[in-house]
Amino acid sequence: MPTVTQVQTTLNGEVVNFLCEPRQSLLECLRDILGMTGTKEGCNDGNCGACTLIMDGRIVNSCLVLGVEAEGKEITTIEGMASPEGLHPLQQSFLENAALQCGICTPGFLLASKGLLDKEPDADEGRIRHWLAGNLCRCTGYDKIVRAVLQVSKAK
Amino acid sequence: MTSNQVLSEVEFNVVGKRPVRPDGVDKVTGRAQYGGDTNLTGTLQAKVLRSPHPHARIKSIDTSKAESFPGVRAVITAKDLPLASLSKEELGGDYTALKFASDHMMASDKVLFKGHPVAAVAAINAHVAQSAMDLIDVDYEVLDSVVDVREAMKPGATLIHDELRTNDMGETADQPSNIAAHMRYEIGDVTKGFADADLVMEKEFTTATVHQGYIEPHNTTAFWNSDGQLNLWTSTQGSFQVRATVSNILRLPISKVKVTPMEIGGGFGGKITAYLDAICSILSKKTGTPVKALMSRTEVFEASGPAPASWMRVKIGVKNNGTMTAVETEMAMDAGAYPGSPVMQAIVCAFACYDVENGRIDGYDVVVNKPKTAAYRAPGAPQAAFAVESLIDEICLNLKIDPIEFRLLNAAKEGTRRIEGLVARKIGFVECLEAARTHDHYKSKVEKGTGRGVAAGYWPNRGFQSSVVMTVNYDGVVSLIMGSVDIGGTRASIAQQTAETLGIAYEDVKPTVVDTDSIGYTFITGGSRTSFATGLAAISAAEDVKQQMISRAAKIWDASEDDIEFVAGMISHKSDEELKLSFKDLARQTATTGGSISGRSSVDPTGEGNGYAVHIADVAVDTETGKTDVTRFTAIQDAGKAVHPSYVEGQMQGGAVQGIGWALNEEYFFDDTGKMLNSSFLDYRMPTTLDLPMIDTVIVEVANPGHPYGVRGVGEVAICPPMAAVANAVTGVTGHRMNSLPITPGKILEAGWENGKS
Repeated sequence: MPTVTQVQTTLNGEVVNFLCEPRQSLLECLRDILGMTGTKEGCNDGNCGACTLIMDGRIVNSCLVLGVEAEGKEITTIEGMASPEGLHPLQQSFLENAALQCGICTPGFLLASKGLLDKEPDADEGRIRHWLAGNLCRCTGYDKIVRAVLQVSKAK
Repeated sequence: MTSNQVLSEVEFNVVGKRPVRPDGVDKVTGRAQYGGDTNLTGTLQAKVLRSPHPHARIKSIDTSKAESFPGVRAVITAKDLPLASLSKEELGGDYTALKFASDHMMASDKVLFKGHPVAAVAAINAHVAQSAMDLIDVDYEVLDSVVDVREAMKPGATLIHDELRTNDMGETADQPSNIAAHMRYEIGDVTKGFADADLVMEKEFTTATVHQGYIEPHNTTAFWNSDGQLNLWTSTQGSFQVRATVSNILRLPISKVKVTPMEIGGGFGGKITAYLDAICSILSKKTGTPVKALMSRTEVFEASGPAPASWMRVKIGVKNNGTMTAVETEMAMDAGAYPGSPVMQAIVCAFACYDVENGRIDGYDVVVNKPKTAAYRAPGAPQAAFAVESLIDEICLNLKIDPIEFRLLNAAKEGTRRIEGLVARKIGFVECLEAARTHDHYKSKVEKGTGRGVAAGYWPNRGFQSSVVMTVNYDGVVSLIMGSVDIGGTRASIAQQTAETLGIAYEDVKPTVVDTDSIGYTFITGGSRTSFATGLAAISAAEDVKQQMISRAAKIWDASEDDIEFVAGMISHKSDEELKLSFKDLARQTATTGGSISGRSSVDPTGEGNGYAVHIADVAVDTETGKTDVTRFTAIQDAGKAVHPSYVEGQMQGGAVQGIGWALNEEYFFDDTGKMLNSSFLDYRMPTTLDLPMIDTVIVEVANPGHPYGVRGVGEVAICPPMAAVANAVTGVTGHRMNSLPITPGKILEAGWENGKS
């Protein structure tokens, strides 16, 4: 059996330790080792964005990050987006704007959108469309997703 | 920013409003449990070994090395399927159907497409299963393959099935052929119709193999318990369909199979066929533990069911004033490796927008060495619409008639008989065309360097069986139980229809989608049927609840049921004003008047919902590179009644954008032998946010006479018009008629070179 490595990372504000094989992606570690299935697998080769999460302030496809690379990093997943006080404004906006149909791409879109607005709170439609081009949605045609993000953006 | 309009005829209290969907919070917080999230204690992971050849005979399979690989618990081949031990004589008439279904799941003698399963491994994790799978030796005798639909139809073509004989309008042909079926429908006198025409135009069109492109790959978890009960947790559009397929292939009584539909990450018709379920079931039986499989994206492309490539010839005759006098069409659709392309639906839809006096349509269902095609949003109709609506555009250019005027002149209306025979009930095609003609988009000037295209589309929206049960809790909240899987908001739309019928608040209806043991038979979620047919079941179950509430009130008041009425959520005595109870007050009293109330209904509505759509596309074409950009797009559709307008708009926008993908980018690239060369989302290019403008919508509401609130169903037809709308717009800007999808930059440049005006 392959050897396992201990990884310590900060996940949604909590320090977490887990054991993983060197070949396991961060996506696989989250889903299969830590039981955090909110991060979704759509292609496992970096082309759909369903597994997007925020690592040290940058959005990444977690299928393209190895579990061992999470060592010492700060990671935000969909499970860490809402707070006990309520949903994140983007989550609320997605609900109000019907910005999801099947919902499988939604965690990835929410994290990618958060990654944008955390840095550029006044992103406009063009910037949002550019930024979200790495996330595929097959249900909505993107119209309502872009509107939902725009509603939270300070760009008016 | 542009807008969405709803042209409402009738207003209701809950139907037509835009509440937050009941499953919404779980989906924005990552809590929703999709099939791939299933994790039972002790679950093994399965991997499927697939053929690298599009057509080959399996000479032998050696699984011994894989079986002894550390961590492997079981290896299966088709020898482990019941088909292997059943004779043709034993099965009689069921033989061919079972052999096709079982062999499609796992090949027993020949592989018929690249990606065809030949063996499967269950191991302690997916990496071990993958490593072990690489140790399976399969000895193939590679055969010639046939990939193109028209090549496959030629006499002398390589045969895919030795025994397949054409069903030629009910007659079985003598000789084997790749043409599984030929059908012909005719109305009027076609020869006379063309003789009466002032202008006859004829063109051939082709479309490429395209994939539904749902973001969630196929997955399943099976557990075959030691008591003989088989349990499946899977992402499917039809839990009862999975039950039927698995029980058929595994020769089990249907009640030995329980299917729990998990949340589903998109389907668009592609998650009706059960690919992994029987495989995981047998692995579970062999190992005594749950077994889970998850397709890779490459497997999804190569081994699930894309939409067929097609070839079509369309001929239309018209008078100089634009009146159509005759139409004639031949359509050949590739079914993939096993018969069953949607060519019949293509026949139904091809000219359904028009009042055609004289017409003939021939359809061919053809097998080729590609993955067996599956349903994809309005199966068959988008291809047909591309061909017909493109030729109509050519005629409009020739006659210098406005494309909407032409369509209004020839539009199908209530009473119009289609070529295949059905007569339309009240339909809203004319209203869609009027909405298009008066829309700001259509009235605006076509900007320099861009072109504008218009096209229409049709899908029948049929009903089929649905079951619903609802219970009234003592606090007046209604639990709504249904078998219809929710792909895009039907929990909301069925809850709204329930609340409307009961006269209670939307928030007081709690919808749940349940497994096959917990509700009566319910057909798939697909074909734009769910909000319509399951809606009808819910309305009828709610009426059952209302009647029972009336009897309880009669008991409480010691009155006759005939003297009590249920109006807008209030139960009242018709002649005694003092005697009235709200739904909630009476619900509270059900505990002491006989116990909980449950309403139930199973329906099988006949007739069609009749979905019509008209799309307007503006495109810009870069003459240097041939790249096309959609600059403005408006989708207009008759929803009958939009139960939840936001999700109706979502269907219209999603369908339009899938169609834009078909029009401009999407296609399977095959090599000469039928090996797909672009099986990733990088190389199979679906539209992204950056490729698109906002998609404007107009919901037209011409009530469906077959539904109390007028609901027609909305999902399918939105994908029918976009290909021709975009193609017609490209013609508008370049002058070239694009008769082959997708309209790639290369095709536009080539058309320019050929026409000498690049």
